[in-house]
Amino acid sequence: MILPRRRLLTGGAALAGAALLGGCDRFAGTETGRRTLQAGEDATLFVQRLLMSPSTLAREFPEAMISPWFKPNGTIDPPDRAYRALAARKFSDFKLTVDGLVETPLTLSLADLRALPARTQITRHDCVEGWSCIGKWSGVPLAELLKRAGLKPQARFAVFHCADTLEYAGGGLEGGGDGAWLRPEHPGAVRDAYVQLAAADDWGGPPAGEKSGAAESGKDDWGGSDAAPEPEDRRTPIRYYESIDLFDAFAPQTILAYDLNGQPLPVSNGAPLRLRVERQLGYKQAKYVMRVEMVSTLSGTGDGRGGYWEDRGYEWYAGM
Amino acid sequence: MDATTPALDTRETVAPDGRRLIYRHPLVIRLAHWINAAVLLVLLMSGLQIFNAHPALYWGAVSTFDDPALAITSEAGRGGTNRGVVYLGATKFDTTGWLGLSKEAGSEIDRAFPSWATLPAGQDLATGRRWHFLFAWFLVLNGAVYLAYGLASGQLRRRLIPDGDQIRDFGGSVKEHLLLRFPEGEEAKRYNVIQKLTYLAVVLVLLPAMVLAGLAMSPGMDAAWPWLIDLFGGRQSARTVHFIAAGLLVLFVIVHVVLVLVSGVVNNLRGMITGWFSIGKAPR
Repeated sequence: MILPRRRLLTGGAALAGAALLGGCDRFAGTETGRRTLQAGEDATLFVQRLLMSPSTLAREFPEAMISPWFKPNGTIDPPDRAYRALAARKFSDFKLTVDGLVETPLTLSLADLRALPARTQITRHDCVEGWSCIGKWSGVPLAELLKRAGLKPQARFAVFHCADTLEYAGGGLEGGGDGAWLRPEHPGAVRDAYVQLAAADDWGGPPAGEKSGAAESGKDDWGGSDAAPEPEDRRTPIRYYESIDLFDAFAPQTILAYDLNGQPLPVSNGAPLRLRVERQLGYKQAKYVMRVEMVSTLSGTGDGRGGYWEDRGYEWYAGM
Repeated sequence: MDATTPALDTRETVAPDGRRLIYRHPLVIRLAHWINAAVLLVLLMSGLQIFNAHPALYWGAVSTFDDPALAITSEAGRGGTNRGVVYLGATKFDTTGWLGLSKEAGSEIDRAFPSWATLPAGQDLATGRRWHFLFAWFLVLNGAVYLAYGLASGQLRRRLIPDGDQIRDFGGSVKEHLLLRFPEGEEAKRYNVIQKLTYLAVVLVLLPAMVLAGLAMSPGMDAAWPWLIDLFGGRQSARTVHFIAAGLLVLFVIVHVVLVLVSGVVNNLRGMITGWFSIGKAPR
């Protein structure tokens, strides 16, 4: 009498469990599901902001704790021709643009940036995948730049436009059979794609001069005058982008770093300039930053969720 | 009984078939139990999804990539076939089919934990994190309700703190457990000493450690509450503790479910669903 009932119960529980978890995956795929799951992020942002003041600092470490190797991740070698040209000239003609909702747009060379007040901090970098490294960053506090540019009252977010293409709008490289192969499933997976890209010598298409009708020039939003030449067809490159709000933009440790461990930033770690937002995860630390755009809403950036990874499901608030 | 804690609900009745029923679990505890069970399942499976993004554990502040404390990976085996392996320090275990290399929709893939154990089933760190962090909130809120009620009602103290005679007869309780002999009658009205200590450890040590280690992995919380990370000796240590605590919780759940099954599954389930638990035939 007990046995069949027991079997029924355990069998039923297993079945219910399987149905539930299958249902979970379906639920997460719907718009309602996405919104519901996002409630965790909203709660976390709300509570963490209650616990923090604008000047709350992430821990800074002694020199002895600096990781011998600072693991580069995401893009480690941008395939973009314009970027490669800048890198070949050791970023001597690099210019950072600060614009959008500011009183005075700025254009700054690396020398200009190095002449501004600097901050050096030894902090822990936490990748969304789970690993951590400690590095020493030197750079100019973002607050310095924003004070010089002067924010318009509507400015709410700083958007960082980067030089590195991660994929092409509308499905990437069709030749691969799997159209979206360049689009990684998570930040770590991008690395393998780029190792392959870097190995493919002529991946970048014809040099700038030989190129006609650059259809993507309108989308070249990091402000370079020479539109980044892309492979011959009309695909639109999607370059990395990130955003933070003013709370983080004016945090003392939020800097645009040009040095890592006392040396100019290597290409693999985001040369010539990368963002450090120390109270958040690694994917917020945009590399290859070309332009800081102040905006009132994130709806006009990418798909509207504030960052490349955010548009692919990751949290915008990565204080976690 | 002191004046501040209300009396426990110790109603008793006799079922039509002559069994003595006691009111064992109040509604709040029953709800908290089942919510906890569902929430922990989602947290475990989404946690394994998150772990899969970097299936290695370290000790200290940072990752020492060449020298993990534990790593789950796949490598080429003899004859050109890939094998799933787990490294515990320098010791290697072949775990093909389960860890490191497993089948998903019929084909073998490199994956630390197999797809049937993760939420979502396929590799999807972003969605796994969404599930994990939303349900972490549910865990904390549910746990807070449980603890507040347990303390205020006296349930925690009276049902989970071992009585003096139980501590003196600890050895006897171990023996009864091993022989799978379960008490009836008056003695079945209270948990045995191993049960009490285990529940206390899970409720007051393991689950709080789990939550704290999880919070310690948050760069925002580390900035707001720097003592968090010091509890564990670094973020990577906290991640390792989080993983070990998850393993201990799984172990607890397995033992818990086995004991529920062998000590009268219907009675136990009735107890946790309706509150009423049979302690055996009433004396005639």
